[in-house]
Amino acid sequence: MCSSEIQSPLDAEAIRADFPVLGREARPGVPLVYLDNAATSQKPRPVIEAIEHFYSHYNANVHRGIHALSEEATIAYEGARDKIAAFINASSRKEVIFTRGTTEGINLVASTWGRANIGPGDVILTTQMEHHSNLVPWQLLAQEKGAELRFIPATQEGELDLSGLDDLLDGPVKIVAVMHVSNVLGTINPIKQIIDKAHQAGAVVLIDGAQSVPHMPIDVQELGMDFLAFSGHKMLGPTGIGVLYGRRELLEEMPPYMGGGDMIRRVELSHSEWNELPWKFEAGTPNIAGGIGLGVAVEYLSRIGMEKILAHEQELTAYALERLSEVPGLKVYGPPAEKKCGVASFCIEGLHPHDMAQLLDAEGVAVRAGHHCAQPLHMVLGAPATTRASFYLYNLPGEVDALIEAIYKAKARFSL
Amino acid sequence: MDDLYRDNILDHFTNPRNRGLLENPDIEFADDNPLCGDHLHFTMKVDENDRVVEVGWEGQGCAISQASASMMSEHIIGKTLDEIRGMTKRDVLDLLGIELGAVRIKCALLSLKVIKAGAYGLDGLPGDEEI
Repeated sequence: MCSSEIQSPLDAEAIRADFPVLGREARPGVPLVYLDNAATSQKPRPVIEAIEHFYSHYNANVHRGIHALSEEATIAYEGARDKIAAFINASSRKEVIFTRGTTEGINLVASTWGRANIGPGDVILTTQMEHHSNLVPWQLLAQEKGAELRFIPATQEGELDLSGLDDLLDGPVKIVAVMHVSNVLGTINPIKQIIDKAHQAGAVVLIDGAQSVPHMPIDVQELGMDFLAFSGHKMLGPTGIGVLYGRRELLEEMPPYMGGGDMIRRVELSHSEWNELPWKFEAGTPNIAGGIGLGVAVEYLSRIGMEKILAHEQELTAYALERLSEVPGLKVYGPPAEKKCGVASFCIEGLHPHDMAQLLDAEGVAVRAGHHCAQPLHMVLGAPATTRASFYLYNLPGEVDALIEAIYKAKARFSL
Repeated sequence: MDDLYRDNILDHFTNPRNRGLLENPDIEFADDNPLCGDHLHFTMKVDENDRVVEVGWEGQGCAISQASASMMSEHIIGKTLDEIRGMTKRDVLDLLGIELGAVRIKCALLSLKVIKAGAYGLDGLPGDEEI
């Protein structure tokens, strides 16, 4: 197959015109090929303009000012919450809590729900595939409470091995914390099956949606998870803003996360009463511009259509895997394209991923190299590090060609 | 960019000097660069004047980290532990003959970190010492 034969449901060329960064060169004379979308996405003009518009027209604090600007700011910020609730089909806007990102969302659940519900001998079940952000908070909680950590194993092919799930769920399993899509391999995990089994076993389920919410349609009511954490910056929004979705009954019962302004209803010197949802979990002045920007990002994605974005990325991934497999000495990690979303990770014997990334950068190709915050998974894969190319709605088949060409040049430099 | 992968660096990467750990070393230290997974393990023998007489090392990682380790292993033979404790980032970059940005410099400096920590005989560098 060649790049001109790729059938995408998207007009990626037209979409690119909305992204100012994609118009620049990596360095003078070297076009930019941005394939590091799993690390962070680029931002379209409407998002950038919404942030600028907030700061230049109605910058004010939210929720308390009795003046025109504060009212406008509050309407925009809370309006963004409504847009996000609709985007993931939450049953109520009260279930959408703004955080700094996925990491904070998971830590919030571990610190509040976890501390209140996990005791000595209880089990926290997660997987060998997780990003460190869905592992370390549970390690901390397990140490504090004397709880047991269990792991759904990952196979060398980069999929979860669910054959022993019933045994793993046997016993006092209180929470199951699983990533939806692997940030290293792009593997789409069968979370519906895991959620259903975990619920049958009486456990609560947290899904790390950092690599799925930006790339595919997500319906929290259909999937039925209890918590879903994701980040704005990986889905065309600004950094420093993310979302924790939680089922309302659980959120109502949970103690607060941080104490301070905005999260209280009434404060006396010796004690306080908590604000209602979602503000109970949003102490302090929030990232107002970030929230507004994320609301616009979600609108932008919805306008294009998440089904189309997923189909476009899977076309690109399939093409990338086919081209990569033609490179002598190159090993691709993870399952075949139809089980993946937007990621191609690989290694070449004798060429460390860091050197590869550096040589690709010389050709303007931006990728990520390293363990991608998933050291346990790399142990399973038998590779201390990998090079990762990751795609989004604005990437073109021709950029896959540029990646392949740059890989051949890197190999030549190392006489491979 | 080709500057970074100069012939001397690729030469040390593909033909590392002093590779292989020493038996019964006087000094031994290993460490990782958590950012990229580079690993270095150094062993050294010193004479009665605390002068390094033999070095052997093992490691894995990128060309910069491994070439730096190979060059350092040659460079420190004949130096006293005091001299090693006084070595700086500049010494490593002069050995490599390149300049590095904030990210890749950690790869280059892992060898210095391991050798200095070994020379101090500690589990790590003292305090916030800037290498």
